[in-house]
Amino acid sequence: MSPAPGAPLHRHELDVLVLGAGGAGLYAAIQAGRHSRLRTAVLSKVHPLRSHTGAAQGGIGAALGNVEPDKPEWHAFDTVKGGDYLTDQGAAFVLAEDAVRAVVELERHGLPFDRTPDGRIDQRRFGGHTRNFGEAPVRRSCYAGDRTGHMILQTLYQQCVRNDVAFFDEFQAVDIFLDGSTCAGVAAVNLATGDLHIFRARAVLVATGGFGRMFRVTSNALASTGDGPAMLARRGVPLEDLEFFQFHPTGLRGLGILITEGVRGEGGVLRNRPGERFMERYSPTLLDLAPRDIVSRAIVTELREGRGFVGDGSADDYVVLDATGVGKETLRAKLPDITGFCLTYLGLDPAEAPIPVLPTAHYAMGGIPTDTFGRVMTARAPEECYRGLYAAGECACVSVHGANRLGTNSLVDLVVFGRRAGDHVADFAAGSNLPPLRADDIDRVREALARLRETGPPAASPTAADLRDRLERVMMEKVGIYRRGRDMASAVDALKEMRRRWLDLGVTDTGRVFNREALEILELGNLLDLALLTAASALNRTESRGAHFREDHEERDDARWLKHTLARLEGGERVSLSYRPVDTSVWAPAPRRY
Amino acid sequence: MRIALKILRYDPERPAGPRFETFEVEADPGSRLLDVLLHIQRRVDPSLAFRRSCAHGVCGSDAMVVNGKERLACKTLVRDLVSADGADGGGESGGSGGEVTIEPLRAMNVIRDLVVDERRFFDRYRAVKPYLIDGGEAEGGREKPEDAGGPADSGPEPAQASPDQESGGSGEGREAPYVGTAVPLLHRESLQTPDQRKVIDEATNCILCASCFSACPVVRMVHPGFIGPAAILQAYRFQEDSRDRGFEERLEVLDHRDGVWPCESRFECTRVCPRGIKVTKHINLTKRRILDAKGGKKV
Repeated sequence: MSPAPGAPLHRHELDVLVLGAGGAGLYAAIQAGRHSRLRTAVLSKVHPLRSHTGAAQGGIGAALGNVEPDKPEWHAFDTVKGGDYLTDQGAAFVLAEDAVRAVVELERHGLPFDRTPDGRIDQRRFGGHTRNFGEAPVRRSCYAGDRTGHMILQTLYQQCVRNDVAFFDEFQAVDIFLDGSTCAGVAAVNLATGDLHIFRARAVLVATGGFGRMFRVTSNALASTGDGPAMLARRGVPLEDLEFFQFHPTGLRGLGILITEGVRGEGGVLRNRPGERFMERYSPTLLDLAPRDIVSRAIVTELREGRGFVGDGSADDYVVLDATGVGKETLRAKLPDITGFCLTYLGLDPAEAPIPVLPTAHYAMGGIPTDTFGRVMTARAPEECYRGLYAAGECACVSVHGANRLGTNSLVDLVVFGRRAGDHVADFAAGSNLPPLRADDIDRVREALARLRETGPPAASPTAADLRDRLERVMMEKVGIYRRGRDMASAVDALKEMRRRWLDLGVTDTGRVFNREALEILELGNLLDLALLTAASALNRTESRGAHFREDHEERDDARWLKHTLARLEGGERVSLSYRPVDTSVWAPAPRRY
Repeated sequence: MRIALKILRYDPERPAGPRFETFEVEADPGSRLLDVLLHIQRRVDPSLAFRRSCAHGVCGSDAMVVNGKERLACKTLVRDLVSADGADGGGESGGSGGEVTIEPLRAMNVIRDLVVDERRFFDRYRAVKPYLIDGGEAEGGREKPEDAGGPADSGPEPAQASPDQESGGSGEGREAPYVGTAVPLLHRESLQTPDQRKVIDEATNCILCASCFSACPVVRMVHPGFIGPAAILQAYRFQEDSRDRGFEERLEVLDHRDGVWPCESRFECTRVCPRGIKVTKHINLTKRRILDAKGGKKV
């Protein structure tokens, strides 16, 4: 895939370039595409319909109040509390208020939500979503069976087709041109030809999704390698709150495939080997619908204390999600895909047998720091933004999810901030000019790609596959659900060493067309950079908050740590950390009980 | 267990044409075919090209022809291939039994190995206008919701939007009827009953993996210009959506010699659909709808 010497170089000039074609990127493209004078295009390494938004299952939270009283303020509060008070509270209000409008707009765009008997969008319960500031679960999640993400992705793509949005499908971005504080475009390789394309643009919107592939067990797609944030990190952009990575409590044992919280929303219950509904001990009020960080830790605690089904706390140990009480009819009608996954991969029918589950790496709360318009912020001052650089969706950190995201809020984030960033980037592009490219920008890219045409050192040295296995294992074991300082310190060292080894990797396949080997080396490099920043951020935060739980510092420490981390990659492998305050203007941080 | 994957290879940068290459590998019977392919690509022959992403059957990237049938590699378990799917040899006896033949999707040009050029498929998808045509602009700016009780431009007046007396357990015993959040009337959702929604449910399952297009004997052998099963399924999904008003607009593509009519109901699309959609049935319903609308005459 890497360009041969003398291979054709293709140049494009655009006004808005969207990088990534999941929910956030597509929504942004639809909004920006409304400005008929702007040339907007979407570039994605997979066909847009293959994006990982399509794998989201349970629903999208919005205080429509269609089935019981609800209001955005409660949604905002749940989001803040769910985030263990690391959420920026003004942003949480934007999320909750815009969610209502965005869901209605999606419906208007054709999204086939499940309906109430009187024809409105139906809503169901989801973890951590409550009425009246934590009183009891509330039905807030709007859903389309258990394939809400699939429907959102399809609907947004349909609207793009309708509006004739331009796409560059199966283009792998390899660099974002960021000179000082101005973004000038993107370099990308067309996977089908191996040719290098230079996209100059007035503005670039990064929406490349998550990076759960740094962990051994994950619900994330193979394509979720954090290309956008990693490219920006190498350009000196700080990444925010990376130490907060969510493990979803219920991944299919052995595979990590997501089993939606919607199963518990419909009445499914977690049980250990003695058959106890163990969440009664951890979360007396919300029980199985407690936020994900709490449920995931509860599961691991059960396993450690010998109450798993194997009983030895090993990697094979597990608890079960008992959906037999949900009823065959409800499972078939509202959770058909889940039923299918269980049948396909484990040969069991969830209506008749409990589902073996384990936590699975699921979602990055942290990412590229943005304001509520998607503008990427610098580390220098809270209000200072890069010029012409935007980000939205999982790769971004607004921060609405704080230290732990609530279920359904990822889809809310995509549509709310994808939409807002799309509007804002269009306005920006309409009033700006094409920034110049630096003379050496293209040469730098060519150089970086050159070695992906050369065969690497023979045998003996580790292959990309070896490094990938090691990365996944180190992150899973040392920067997972329970963390300790000395483990994370050794992870940081190991990751630095792996990055050095990564530099020696070469290819055996020198073909230009769909060269997956070269692509995977690039993706691995992205994951390694993000993993290093993640481990370093986690090591430095000596408290427990949300998804970041340290056995050597078990308490939340607001006096010292009520602040966002900004981690910057310097000179290859040095990580410099700085911090910025959290917006707590509405609710004072309180102990988090459910 | 040991299995042999006989993969049809093609590299446009090498003079040799397509050829089969066999990889013998160790595989856990419970693992996915995709896991085996990934193992080969990462550990045995990095030049093997195929698409993949979600790895659990929802993104549609890894459709391929396995032992003569279109399947998603991530939804196909090794044990099913060797026992049930009729691979030759010793079944699942743990010896070097089954050989599994893997080829790229048909009806599209091969780019490399198992990667095909899907443009032919997606162009036809786009042709049916696969989006809600609601008679207004989707902004919600100008159309009147069916349920509008009050003046159309009454702005944010939530009380009006919700004249429902007793819908689905909402707030019995409360002082004032709860009326939802302050969404302006014109931006409210349109209504659709659960029964109306059910009509399109199966069709909305489609992940556009192109398996049906590849399997369709009409596309491959009878009428290459045929728009194909998935595109018709998408048309059905919208034309039967109670909110859609685009039936007439789509007719020019569907009621056309390349539209629905070349379909011969061979049921291959239904047989291979990894989402279990009865595609042929939806095609036939679409044909009937067109015939009904036109008083019984084909194009």
